[in-house]
Amino acid sequence: MAALKDIKRKISAVQKTRQITKAMNMVAASKFKSAQMRMENFRPYAIKFMDVMSSLALRVDASSHPLLAVRPAKRIRVICMTSDRGLCGGFNTNLIKTTEKFIAAKKQDGAEVTLVSVGRKGRDFFRKKEKLVSEWVDQLNRFTMNLGVQIGDAIIPPFLAEEYDELYLIYNEFRNVSIQRPSVVRLFPLPTIGQQEEVEPEKRLDYIYEPSEEYLLDKMLRMYVHVLLYRALLETNAGENGARMAAMDNATKNCEELITSLSLKYNKARQAAITAELMDIVGGTEALSKS
Amino acid sequence: MADELMVEIVTPERMVFTGKVEEITVPGSEGEFGVLKGHAALLSGVDIGALSFTQEGKKRNFAVADGYVEVTATKVTVLVESAERSDMIDKERAQRAKQLAEEKMGKLAKEDPEYDKAKASLDKALIRLNVADKN
Repeated sequence: MAALKDIKRKISAVQKTRQITKAMNMVAASKFKSAQMRMENFRPYAIKFMDVMSSLALRVDASSHPLLAVRPAKRIRVICMTSDRGLCGGFNTNLIKTTEKFIAAKKQDGAEVTLVSVGRKGRDFFRKKEKLVSEWVDQLNRFTMNLGVQIGDAIIPPFLAEEYDELYLIYNEFRNVSIQRPSVVRLFPLPTIGQQEEVEPEKRLDYIYEPSEEYLLDKMLRMYVHVLLYRALLETNAGENGARMAAMDNATKNCEELITSLSLKYNKARQAAITAELMDIVGGTEALSKS
Repeated sequence: MADELMVEIVTPERMVFTGKVEEITVPGSEGEFGVLKGHAALLSGVDIGALSFTQEGKKRNFAVADGYVEVTATKVTVLVESAERSDMIDKERAQRAKQLAEEKMGKLAKEDPEYDKAKASLDKALIRLNVADKN
């Protein structure tokens, strides 16, 4: 009888787990939806911005701007953008692995590497291992463009002051709900933008620039950094919830499988117990009738 | 109407406004300026300030912050990091932001880079209060 009770207890435990994973899946799904919507809403801004940016880059020589200055890469800074919470499959693990590999490769080339961490998971992992310069933790749950601006304000001045020579952003690129790929993007020096594209003559307007072309270029390049960071944040947010949805879906399925096999075991054990009891009774009556 | 100007106000969060207006005033980085249809092509920075336009004779006010405006003869595109319509502004929140910024500025030295940040948020809060009152 003891075995029977044990199995029953196990079944109810797994059922409870399934309930939790199912709920988490649903929460992640609704968060994912809103994250996707925000990405959708950001698109017009990004497209318009890139339009103007490239038309400005065509007219103004951007290569002399300090944000585009190429220096020998002796000191490298890396932004590692993870999520704040776990239980989302390999989302953070893959990203951290990529970051580790990247840092190791750069160190082998003799560069000094410092780290900026966005997201709790990355911070916790690298806190003792690497030199953390700054961190943003517990911000991803609710963030606006302002977070991109904040991060931008923290990384731009040290680059201009030549405290570091190159900046890389490592984040999970969002492909679709089930696919996120860690990707490494060089932020500083900024790659030249839009200069290789030909713009149709009627689209090429001669603007009046106010106050000046240089001022606007500087402003737009800073905004460009904010745009890139914000987009990475949005993709991380969507990717995290997408990954969690998939992970929780899997967990729910596994629970169901476990419940089926445990129920089977339980029924078998119960049947065995009944049979054994019957045998006892039959044996007992036989023994009585013989005497 | 023939003299209408297409206006788009875009923020990273959403498209705040699209539509035809008669006239628009933008807080440019070189001072406020008005745009009518047929304006010369212009690209200007936008500062923290009040943006307003007239649509069908009615004046509408927005509090905007940081970005740029692209003007062509028939279209004005305003790309800013935030834009709030006057009747959507939470006055209490703006008031709180103002107090917070003032407290911060009182504690910091003028050379501190944080001082400028506090000043910027104070400006934002003041503009928001100002625009909200225009409603």
